[in-house]
Amino acid sequence: MPTAPEALEPTRHQAKNVRPLTGNEAIARGAWEAGVKVAAAYPGTPSTEILESLARYPAEDLHAQWSTNEKVALDVAIGASFAGKRALAAMKHVGLNVAADAFMSQAYIGSNGGLVIAVADDPGIHSSQNEQDTRIYGQFATVPVLEPSDAQEALDFTRLAFDLSERFDTIAIVRTTTRLAHTRSPVALGARQEAPARGFNESPAKNVMIPAHARLRHVAVLERERKLKEYFETAPINRVELGSDRAFGIVTAGTCYPYVREVLPGASVLKLGASWPLPEGLLARFCESVERVFVVEELEPVIERELRALGFKAEGKLYFPRVGEFSPEIVRAGFEKAGVLAPRPQRGAWTPEPLVRPPVLCAGCPHTSSFMAVRASGARVAGDIGCYTLACLDPLRGLDTTVSMGSSIGNAIGMSKAGDTKPVMATIGDSTFLHAGIPGLIDAVYNNANITVLLLDNHITAMTGGQDHPGTGKTLRGDPAPRVDYEALVKAIGVKWVRTVDSYDLAAMYQTLREAIAHRGVSVIISNRPCVLDPVKIKGPALSVVNEQCNACQSCMNLGCPALTWDDNMFEGRHKVKIDQSLCIGCTLCAQVCTIDCIKPTHALGAVAQ
Amino acid sequence: MSEPVNVLIVGVGGQGVIMVSKALAWLAQSRGLEVKQSEVHGMAKRGGSVFSHVRFGEQVWSPTIPRGEADILVALEWAEGLRWLPFLKPEAGIFICDTKRIVPPFACLNRRPGATMRYSRETPAEVKAHVAEGYAIDATQMAEELGNERAANVVLLGALSTALDFPGEDWEKAVTEFVPKKTVAVNLEAFRRGRAWIEEARLLAPTAEAPAALAPVAKPAPAYAPRLEIVREWCKSCDICVKLCPERCLRLDAERIVELADPAKCTGCRLCEWLCPDFAIRVHLEPARAQEATA
Repeated sequence: MPTAPEALEPTRHQAKNVRPLTGNEAIARGAWEAGVKVAAAYPGTPSTEILESLARYPAEDLHAQWSTNEKVALDVAIGASFAGKRALAAMKHVGLNVAADAFMSQAYIGSNGGLVIAVADDPGIHSSQNEQDTRIYGQFATVPVLEPSDAQEALDFTRLAFDLSERFDTIAIVRTTTRLAHTRSPVALGARQEAPARGFNESPAKNVMIPAHARLRHVAVLERERKLKEYFETAPINRVELGSDRAFGIVTAGTCYPYVREVLPGASVLKLGASWPLPEGLLARFCESVERVFVVEELEPVIERELRALGFKAEGKLYFPRVGEFSPEIVRAGFEKAGVLAPRPQRGAWTPEPLVRPPVLCAGCPHTSSFMAVRASGARVAGDIGCYTLACLDPLRGLDTTVSMGSSIGNAIGMSKAGDTKPVMATIGDSTFLHAGIPGLIDAVYNNANITVLLLDNHITAMTGGQDHPGTGKTLRGDPAPRVDYEALVKAIGVKWVRTVDSYDLAAMYQTLREAIAHRGVSVIISNRPCVLDPVKIKGPALSVVNEQCNACQSCMNLGCPALTWDDNMFEGRHKVKIDQSLCIGCTLCAQVCTIDCIKPTHALGAVAQ
Repeated sequence: MSEPVNVLIVGVGGQGVIMVSKALAWLAQSRGLEVKQSEVHGMAKRGGSVFSHVRFGEQVWSPTIPRGEADILVALEWAEGLRWLPFLKPEAGIFICDTKRIVPPFACLNRRPGATMRYSRETPAEVKAHVAEGYAIDATQMAEELGNERAANVVLLGALSTALDFPGEDWEKAVTEFVPKKTVAVNLEAFRRGRAWIEEARLLAPTAEAPAALAPVAKPAPAYAPRLEIVREWCKSCDICVKLCPERCLRLDAERIVELADPAKCTGCRLCEWLCPDFAIRVHLEPARAQEATA
């Protein structure tokens, strides 16, 4: 029975250079220490900070860049690997779908310089459109998936992933989750080790995936899987921690491990550092050493299925849910249900009804006016991914569908071709348009779709916290870069009708939208105003409501602006409105929709204000 | 091995929840303890609810605090404090909450006459009765007095400092480390005020509350029933009212004249009346009782 907790040195508290790092920062640190030379990503919660952190290491050490999308990011990393350098691509789980074409082929090609993909899953869907399980991608492509359980392991496993990638000629995935990505815990830091130089490996049979080559590579991939399984039989990252009690044992991995330890500190545990491929001998020995086997894994029963295929009666999804994020409470409840833990008496905690506080568009957000105009246009609206997806909620209720990055335009083409009786519109942000919107727009022109595309250009990737992209004029490291000229781009594609409008001019917005809808064929409106938060926080002179004049019609409340709230004074049984002076940025949208013109700049009102 | 200390820090995006928790985590780590600090901040910038779990001790496993296990709950906003109360240890938890109320736009969406704001109604006295030790502190007001409203989170950090076993000078070092350089002086003052306030409150009584009562004043709700009077001859089918009705209860009929399609949804907000360029709509708010009587 191998027990090897000492294999990864217990550095964390004793070492001198210990710092609290988030999982994302630790992955960046691990990649830097491993001598990464090229790193690329498209921002996506919860993975965004990996590249942001890497960009803080010296430019002489590595090239770090934002790519237009995850596929390009992975292709960039693959190119660097071809060139013999260590390379990293980082993305959120759904980003790997975008990169999947390159990923699946590269799984055959393998690596020259170490090639690592850091993928952050989002169990519980904190900020995503689904909660798919990346471990299945590892199984699908037959590449190793390392699963760190805290920030120290995030660093260690990232370093290890580069070594494994080179040693086994494979892509290696480091899979984290939102919880690990955004949890700070102590990490012992090491020094950077430059990887030995490898030149370009001139081997077309390995690097060019034509059918004749690919058939042979598929055989090599299966052989690689066999070798990886053999390696993981004794690899120190898979460790057995035997307790005194052998009535049951737990197989777990990644962020589930600390929950298991929180709930059952003394239990016998097989902690897998790699959740794919699984070492059959190690699993068998562990399962045979205990009477009952539980599998604690978030999302899909990847390990459980493998154990069952090996003929062990593993118990997992019977007690631990297949949806959502785990917590010590959920793990405890599972073990209570399984009869391992005695049920705790329910403690009578007082639970006041919680306030509903959904995320909202910021005060002065240019999307607010765009969607005021959109909802007034009466169109069928295919939405896309970004802050503006929030416009599906009350009070804006301005979009009908949202599928995935860049889907809006293709969806709109389909709705229009299917004969939707309403005018059809696609709304898409600038970063999303560059990411995956352009092919859709070319398709719309090519197939003469009768749709209006509203390009919401707020000059930044806003949803993920303000990252640069090819339309901002800056790179990840802040160097100047050429800016995409959207009007010229759209015209070059063949769009005949294109207009740019100031998002804050609601009347012009609405008028332009009407004209665009009247145009037969593809029309494009660029709604142009910078995000109020990034790259600079915008704050103009605030407005105020002249309270005596306010007729409580609440037309302004249609905006859903967080600076607007009810005043204590009433009119006809309804609350008048007041404006939070610290939140208002002076965008004037509320003044534009006010039915009796009682919203004025605060400074113009002087002492009369509020 | 002793159990870890669990501190849950909550608030609304932009209030400085993460800064407070980072300062606490830094302090605990500098004392040689293992620390885990966990947050989810995808939506933090968009006015959503923000929370940060800080756990420290000889050994910490889970990055999140189980329900009912928080030793201290620090809330930078009143309703957020109430939201997380079930996480507090029922028998021994300490509740430190700013009485600041940040009302989300969602709470003010009802246009019916007499509608009340959908914001937590619990008073500090009620909350006090349900926690082992509770403090409702007007930290925002105290920070405003110091000339920087944004220092409210550090006032609360000061209050928190009295409940934990770290020396005062270490706390002040943590404050200096984590606040913007230009605001160190005002934040140190804010920290000391928060610390002094809670020490005083402890002397006075085991639990304390801010002098300003929080209970929202209940207004008598006048009962109106809306009735729409539409002058068909004046309607020119522009459909401005249809498209801007917040409840979306208007439509154009077969002759393209506006009609009230869904009377149950109409709140009588008068927006259509105000927006109609041709005065074709008048909204009458009739006393509900009179209407019932005639019905």
